[in-house]
Amino acid sequence: MVIDALVRLGRSGLTALAGIGRAHVLLAGIVGGLPELLPRPRLLLAQIYNIGVLSVLIIAVSGLFVGMVLGLQGYYVLNQFGADESLGIMVAASLVRELGPVVTALLVAGRAGSALTAEIGLMKATEQLSALEMMAVDPVRRVLTPRFFGGFLAMPLLAAMFSALGVLGGWFVGVGLLGVDDGAFWSQMQAKLDFREDVINGVIKSLVFGVVVTWIALFEGYDATPTSAGVSRATTRSVVHAALAVLGLDFILTALMFGD
Amino acid sequence: MGNGVPDSPTTVTASSDAQAPAPTGGTEPLVRIRGLRFTRGDTLVLDGVDMDIPRGAVTAIMGPSGTGKTTLLKLISGQLRPQAGSIEVDGLDVHRLGRQELYRLRTRMGMLFQSGALLGDLTVFENVAFPLREHARLPKSLLRRLVLMKLEAVGLRGAAHLMPAQLSGGMARRAALARAIALDPMMVMYDEPFTGQDPISMGVLVSLVHQLNDAGGLSSIIVSHDVPETLSIADHVHVIANGRVLCSGTPEHVSAQSDPRVRQFLDGAPDGPVHFHYPSAPLAEELLAAGSRRGW
Ligand SMILES: Nc1ncnc2c1ncn2[C@@H]1O[C@H](COP(=O)(O)OP(=O)(O)OP(=O)(O)O)[C@@H](O)[C@H]1O
Ligand SMILES: [Mg+2]
Repeated sequence: MVIDALVRLGRSGLTALAGIGRAHVLLAGIVGGLPELLPRPRLLLAQIYNIGVLSVLIIAVSGLFVGMVLGLQGYYVLNQFGADESLGIMVAASLVRELGPVVTALLVAGRAGSALTAEIGLMKATEQLSALEMMAVDPVRRVLTPRFFGGFLAMPLLAAMFSALGVLGGWFVGVGLLGVDDGAFWSQMQAKLDFREDVINGVIKSLVFGVVVTWIALFEGYDATPTSAGVSRATTRSVVHAALAVLGLDFILTALMFGD
Repeated sequence: MGNGVPDSPTTVTASSDAQAPAPTGGTEPLVRIRGLRFTRGDTLVLDGVDMDIPRGAVTAIMGPSGTGKTTLLKLISGQLRPQAGSIEVDGLDVHRLGRQELYRLRTRMGMLFQSGALLGDLTVFENVAFPLREHARLPKSLLRRLVLMKLEAVGLRGAAHLMPAQLSGGMARRAALARAIALDPMMVMYDEPFTGQDPISMGVLVSLVHQLNDAGGLSSIIVSHDVPETLSIADHVHVIANGRVLCSGTPEHVSAQSDPRVRQFLDGAPDGPVHFHYPSAPLAEELLAAGSRRGW
């Protein structure tokens, strides 16, 4: 019994390690396709559209609502200390440092990552990837590389949009509804939000999340069992793994960036 | 890789004295397969296959469903690796080529997939144009004319604007054929080109394969179990079953075989020495058994 359990544990450990190995080989292949992608910006633009532009609505709406909630909650807490003119900096810092990159990455994993996984998995199941191979076109470089860099570039732009709309949402609730002083809201934000410390670190986070979310999505699709059940399982795994990876990495990155 | 099989003259082919007779004055065969062994998990799919496929001819590979015909094509094109044996295409050992060389070789191979495998997000026109755009820098007007000619040849010029999802199975197969010949390859591998075609398109396809061969000097490998159509267009036939080559030769030679395994396949007898059934316990035994250890 114990031996059996150990064997099973060992086997699933090995499977997981082999998967991680394949994922890294795939990533190397994807990034290796960059020189071929650069002369063909259309392929990249199409994917930025697919992953970025088509996610704009959900990102914008979510950003607005998250900002409004921040405005409300922040006001109740700050007001108790008579510090409600700090609402601006509180809303902006939370968004730019944490919520913008993280929530955007989670939403992109659900909206675009799952679609990428399903698309690649179905291309595999219907032998389209094999057909590309047979036409002497490397499917990794032709299909995966543009999607990867599309996600990589779209993520920080989406996060910036999320944060910007969030700030507007916070302003609307704080200044518009709860009567926080308009000038104080903006001037505190301007004075205390540091470009390098806050904005650049937020951008770095969302670049990392862009890599991780699209990498996981593409790998799960490319590695999927080529059946309908296999693709559906891969899609689920893609979202779950991406979400866990984003949250875990966020902790590590936050500790590295702000924890001195 | 256990590539240890020398180019020995074959001794495996059962009951055949005419082993792939070289057609045109002793030229090297286009594809030379020696001692090919391939397994999927525990199943031995191909077990010591030796086969020569001559240049400029139509070669048919026939055999019952599930014997590894598609697998053989994937091995020839380097999509799968054999456990043992070697495959040479145009003098190049497919499984020892580097990636670049393999891709260069593949630009000279066309393959028609059993499922068509058209790219789902491109129109029929763009699908046929795809290999041209990737590998040949052509002016726009020439590209357009080339694609339309290929589509005309398979009778789908009018369907150029449709998406693959809007095509019937037979139409998709013909569009895939147009794509497979877009780069004017030296060889085309057809996986079941006739399945799902009505008699008219079937006739058109048969004559198209012929035309390509006669005019283009193309070599064709046709995998099929449509016995009469295939025998009518093939110059050479290999019959494989149970992982081995049963017999090879001209269609006349093969049709005249008396080997019961070959006869059974050609005449379409449901069971005989070649198994129609996937290996299993006898039916009565399984029906009478209380339950299977697999849980049903
Ligand atoms: N991806 C796979 N995984 C495991 N086994 C496979 C796979 N593909 C094919 N096989 C097995 O390999 C054997 C040969 O399959 P293959 O597709 O080459 O047959 P085929 O001769 O082309 O049949 P058909 O005429 O029906 O197309 C079959 O027994 C099949 O069960
Ligand atoms: Mg097949």
